[in-house]
Amino acid sequence: MSLRSYIVSRVLLTIPMIMLLLTLVFIILRIVPGDPALLHFEKNVDPEVLAQFRAQLGLDKSIPEQYWDYLTGIFRGDFGLSMQDFAPITDHLVGRFPATVELALYSMLIAVGLGVFLGVKSSKKYDSNTDQGIRLFGIVTYAIPVFFLGMIFQFIFSIWLDWLPTGQRFDPRMGAYMPERITGLYTIDSLLTGNLVGFVTSLRYLILPSLTLGLILCGVFIRLTRTNMLETLRQDFVVAAEARGLSERTVTYGYALKNAFLPILTMIGLQFAILLAGAILTETTFNWPGLGTYLVGRIDHRDYTAIQGTVVFFGILVSLVSLFVDILYAYFDPRIRL
Amino acid sequence: MTDLLRIENLVVEYATRRGTARALDKASIILEENKTLGLAGESGCGKSTLGRAIMRLVPYPGKIIEGEIFLNLDQPVSVKTEDIPMGEVNLMNLDEDQMRALRGRMIAYIFQDPMTSLNPMLTIGDHFIQIMQAHDPEIEDEAALDRAKEILDGLGILPERVTDYPHQFSGGMRQRVMIGLGLALRPRLLISDEPTTSLDVIVEAQILEQMAELKDKFNLTMILITHNLGVLAQTADDIAIIYAGRIMEHASTDALFGNPQHPYTKALLEAVPDVSKPEKKLTWIPGAPPDLMDFIPGCMYNPRCPHAMDICRTTVPTLIKSKSGGKVACWLYEEE
Repeated sequence: MSLRSYIVSRVLLTIPMIMLLLTLVFIILRIVPGDPALLHFEKNVDPEVLAQFRAQLGLDKSIPEQYWDYLTGIFRGDFGLSMQDFAPITDHLVGRFPATVELALYSMLIAVGLGVFLGVKSSKKYDSNTDQGIRLFGIVTYAIPVFFLGMIFQFIFSIWLDWLPTGQRFDPRMGAYMPERITGLYTIDSLLTGNLVGFVTSLRYLILPSLTLGLILCGVFIRLTRTNMLETLRQDFVVAAEARGLSERTVTYGYALKNAFLPILTMIGLQFAILLAGAILTETTFNWPGLGTYLVGRIDHRDYTAIQGTVVFFGILVSLVSLFVDILYAYFDPRIRL
Repeated sequence: MTDLLRIENLVVEYATRRGTARALDKASIILEENKTLGLAGESGCGKSTLGRAIMRLVPYPGKIIEGEIFLNLDQPVSVKTEDIPMGEVNLMNLDEDQMRALRGRMIAYIFQDPMTSLNPMLTIGDHFIQIMQAHDPEIEDEAALDRAKEILDGLGILPERVTDYPHQFSGGMRQRVMIGLGLALRPRLLISDEPTTSLDVIVEAQILEQMAELKDKFNLTMILITHNLGVLAQTADDIAIIYAGRIMEHASTDALFGNPQHPYTKALLEAVPDVSKPEKKLTWIPGAPPDLMDFIPGCMYNPRCPHAMDICRTTVPTLIKSKSGGKVACWLYEEE
């Protein structure tokens, strides 16, 4: 199969996947007990107000009609109106999305970078104290709850040592240095505009949340890298490379890791969903103004339409990332690429 | 003739959870320049371990416990830490960087399974570029590729296939690529570990013929590890028979086939099927090779040997000169 036909079939496969996801979210929110509109108000609401409220959100229509509006809306990029203020949910999502992307990106970098590095180290020193230590580290970080690790970091680095801020994305007192919005990622925008103070400030705010989330996720990568490296290091072609006198670095990274990396790549795709779940907790712990805090806020207000919109948005995001990872996989493996 | 390789009393042990297995026990071999030495023995007897030990690449958890490996270098080899001078050098005294400089450059190793010996993520050309640049950082990619094409052409593979990946080649072609990689830097010693076991007989014959041609062309000294005595009869000058980690007999091919000394060698030759005598029944050696974890006092072969005497069960025989002109480790003989 050529790479192109692989990509086409993989993209086509994503469409029913997303359709299924959209339908499931829709159904689940409809079978949850309680009338969302009724829950929105205090007791004894005027039936006319209630009817008007329903009409505004389209909740007075029949279920199939609602479903149709919902689907067509999403394909236009319209995630519906919030029950709270009737503002388009899309605006909220777009506004807060970059914050979550920035957090997710740096966390993933830390998780994969640290995880792969320690995993390789562990496999090279198989069965030694280093190996045991790294494995223990992996299990412990994997098992710690996100918010707990976040709070410990806040306690040590913010309150005790006073090195880093406890939360938020930027210092409100330094509004003048606030990065101009280009991509919405503060660290990148500030670099693009040459705003060094803005860069350092946004980085300082980013360190604790992304370190928390990154450490939690890196355990999986340590274990996965270690297992796959142990397997590849024993392969004939690795020994053959050593027998040709290639340097240790080339053998470890160019031969063993290069072949062990494909499963790690798959894991990055799979972990993305867990990353978003972790982001919700991390964002809450660090008061990070991303999609996670938005979702939690909406849940607090029983804002059904906004919850539906955000969950669908997360779902589509995960599908697209796994599509991208699968294509990357095919690109990197010459046996699939052909 | 000078000796290219001399191994003295090499001991290799594998430390496992069950205990320590002695894979090689005081193995000594001598290999003259431009000759082919065959290492023969049953599966698990230590012949591959011996080949790997020469590269000092014994697989984990194996370890060289003691012994000397002398390699005669016809030219100095430059290393970033400390250059290796010309002449006889004890590989056991070299550091890791020095060993790495010798691997691929002076000693080449060809593995049993060509299907798994090439990196599936790299093109054939990349493999050549890497080995050349590992030993000569100055060489450019282009020059290395040109050289690779030349080598492949010489082995009967279309030069333009350097850009192909290993999975696009057949087993025989991959083994030729492995041989090409092995010979890319004109090494002195080529160790081939059952190079044709996983190939069919026709390809096996082609590869062996090609190796013999290359040996003459490049003045190679070869170690051929195999359990196929028929292959050795055609290709080897000398043969060492290994049993349970010990050298049982070490003689010229003619002497070994014409006048085998050790009871084990005799039994092995007896078990080789003969196509010219189809009526002859297949024979085998009763019993099984010992578990290397078990301690067997005396000669390792004594439990299976029809001539075993009391001394065989108590004292290890040493390698002594035999009547056939070779060496044998057996109490049936006395030093000539």
